[in-house]
Amino acid sequence: MPTFALPLEIRELSKSFGSRPALDGVQLSLSPGEIVGLLGPNGAGKTTLVRSVAGRVRPDGGTLRIFGMEPERDEARSARGWVPQEIALYPLLSPTENLWTFGRYQGMSKAALERGIRKSLEWIGLADRADEKTDRLSGGMKRRLNIAAGTIHEPRLLLLDEPTVGVDPQSRERIYAMIQELRASGVSLLYTTHYMEEAERLCDRIAIIDHGRIIASGTKDELVRQTVGGRQTLTVEAESALPAALAAELSRRGGQVDGASARLPVQAAGDEIRGVLETFHAANVPVRNLTLQSPSLEQVFLQLTGRELRE
Amino acid sequence: MILAVAKNRLFNLRRDRAAFVLAFVLPVAFFTIFAGIFSGSGRSSTRRIPLAVVDEDGSDGSRRFVAALRAEAGLDARTAPEAPEAKDGAAPPPPYTAAAAEHAVRAGDLPIALIIPKGFGERPIVFGPGADRPTLRVLADSSDPIAPQVVQGLLQRVAMTAMPGAMARGGMEEVDRWSGGLTPEQKARMEDALRSLDAPPPPGQAETPRPAATRAGAPGLVAVDVRDVVGEAKRNPTVTFYAAGLGVMFLLFSATGAGGALIEEAESGTLDRILSTRISMTRLLIGKLLYLTAVGVVQLVLMFVWGEIFFGLELLPHLAGFAVMTVATALASSAFGLMLASICRTRMQLVAIANLSILLMSAIGGSFYPRFLMSEKLQRFGLLTLNAWAIDGFQKIFWRDEPAWSVWPQVLVLVGCCVLFVAVARRVARKWELA
Repeated sequence: MPTFALPLEIRELSKSFGSRPALDGVQLSLSPGEIVGLLGPNGAGKTTLVRSVAGRVRPDGGTLRIFGMEPERDEARSARGWVPQEIALYPLLSPTENLWTFGRYQGMSKAALERGIRKSLEWIGLADRADEKTDRLSGGMKRRLNIAAGTIHEPRLLLLDEPTVGVDPQSRERIYAMIQELRASGVSLLYTTHYMEEAERLCDRIAIIDHGRIIASGTKDELVRQTVGGRQTLTVEAESALPAALAAELSRRGGQVDGASARLPVQAAGDEIRGVLETFHAANVPVRNLTLQSPSLEQVFLQLTGRELRE
Repeated sequence: MILAVAKNRLFNLRRDRAAFVLAFVLPVAFFTIFAGIFSGSGRSSTRRIPLAVVDEDGSDGSRRFVAALRAEAGLDARTAPEAPEAKDGAAPPPPYTAAAAEHAVRAGDLPIALIIPKGFGERPIVFGPGADRPTLRVLADSSDPIAPQVVQGLLQRVAMTAMPGAMARGGMEEVDRWSGGLTPEQKARMEDALRSLDAPPPPGQAETPRPAATRAGAPGLVAVDVRDVVGEAKRNPTVTFYAAGLGVMFLLFSATGAGGALIEEAESGTLDRILSTRISMTRLLIGKLLYLTAVGVVQLVLMFVWGEIFFGLELLPHLAGFAVMTVATALASSAFGLMLASICRTRMQLVAIANLSILLMSAIGGSFYPRFLMSEKLQRFGLLTLNAWAIDGFQKIFWRDEPAWSVWPQVLVLVGCCVLFVAVARRVARKWELA
């Protein structure tokens, strides 16, 4: 295995199902220990891309390498872990038996498997329920076990497909902590999610896919700069409806007035906020609340795809 | 409102093909099959009982008797084994001897044999206690409980119709003996009448029995001794058949049910996950085959051990043959279950197809009703089923006490089916592999 090979390197990847293109020249790479969030509207090609990396879809063109290897090779299979969106476990088996099964399917030795199961059960907080039937566990526990089944063989590249769908906030926090631990241990993660705050919080880099192409990629700040720019939004709420003269003045500055509140774009927040407050003061309108909002990924996404993430 | 509920169910039924098949196709299919099996068993156009005939008497009377047996519609009477294939210049097989006929019955080539003793043609009937009368010997295989009954009845009928002179003469002698003696004049008139009975039928008239004559003789007029040459030493003859017949059927059901795990794995996404690991589809299928076979072996062992303990099935003396047949049967049944599971897309589909195919195979393959009681056509058709081969193999071991190696044709077919079914399953399972 070449030592310089990236955990994941995808070039010009294409795949069509019949006449419908699902992937159309995808370019993406992951560095060691990096978490890349894959965002895209439904039908954009996320699932096809993840399944291609998981070795479950054969691309029509382009190249896909896992640590420099074809994804079907045994070494690539060992280096890769996949946590599908579904709870892909045996409901009648216990957590221990489920982990044993997937560990053995990855070719783990008996000793390594025993160690791995013990460690995984501790890691996901199910050591005390190791021998219960999986279908008796809560939704959050099953989600954690789902992750452990994909990581029991200690992969260096992990595909996480919406791992927090349908879990309560407490379990979600626990899953976030698990993901941070994986990153800390040097695992590279390709992470698909519908939760923007999750992507912002966990991912080092975000790739936005639409119509089978990666249309933007970078850190959150880079994406914001590239798309909506550095402008923030200042929202001013008054005690009562704004007088016409004040509304006209705010509109002249590019603001939008709606009854007692006004939203204004600001470039240099410090100076401009003072100016806006002085304008209100001059108009003799008391300010009740003031909010400064930075551009969000949601805005970036909307700008790039023309759709909300959940559409 | 109520009609809307009914209509809603109708929409569902129209969309659910498996339910549709279960509701309408399955009952008609089964009616057809069972009607074919059971209604055909008593008709001459369907089942004729094969009967080996050994004529040790060789008299005119016995020859007429044999000819009439051969003409009897309910019997397939043979005085010699069937030639394998007609070859030019090849000598026909020699006629059956008593020993050869007994061997044929023991080997299962024929269910029954008849030995006509010396003197039968001359004196087919003799009345009175302790009478020294020639007795027809019937050698039977009691795994077919019906054949001896039918043959006994037909022997009485054929004797009465084919040998009227000898029968009447015997009757006259008995009257002479027990009535104090006939006058010479009476005897002369009787002889005239008997000669006309012994005369051969005019040309063109078949030698088959006349319907009016079929009730001429009372049952038991001709002495018949039936001996069970195969099952006479068995503790419980019928249990062997049912252990094999039902065992195979339940093996098929359980293998198909367990094979359905493949569909559940596909539906839950677990199969996708498995195939992204280092295990290939081929290994996965072979692993599942191994498991299903092991379960099948345990099932059959349990069934036969139970039969040994409670029903007198003789397992221990037949262990080697049992082991060979059990493994072959379990392999074939498991592969069948795996193949069905691979073909079906949903559990519902699997249940419908499995019920249909397994009950069908069990019916024509002899799990419910012995194949040798079916028409020849159905018997041949039954060879298309796993049940028939498995039951035949177990019968050879447990019923005919044949050695383990003798079941090689059955093992070959069952293992061959296993290989074929696994190959089909592997081919069809490509739908779950790479998209």
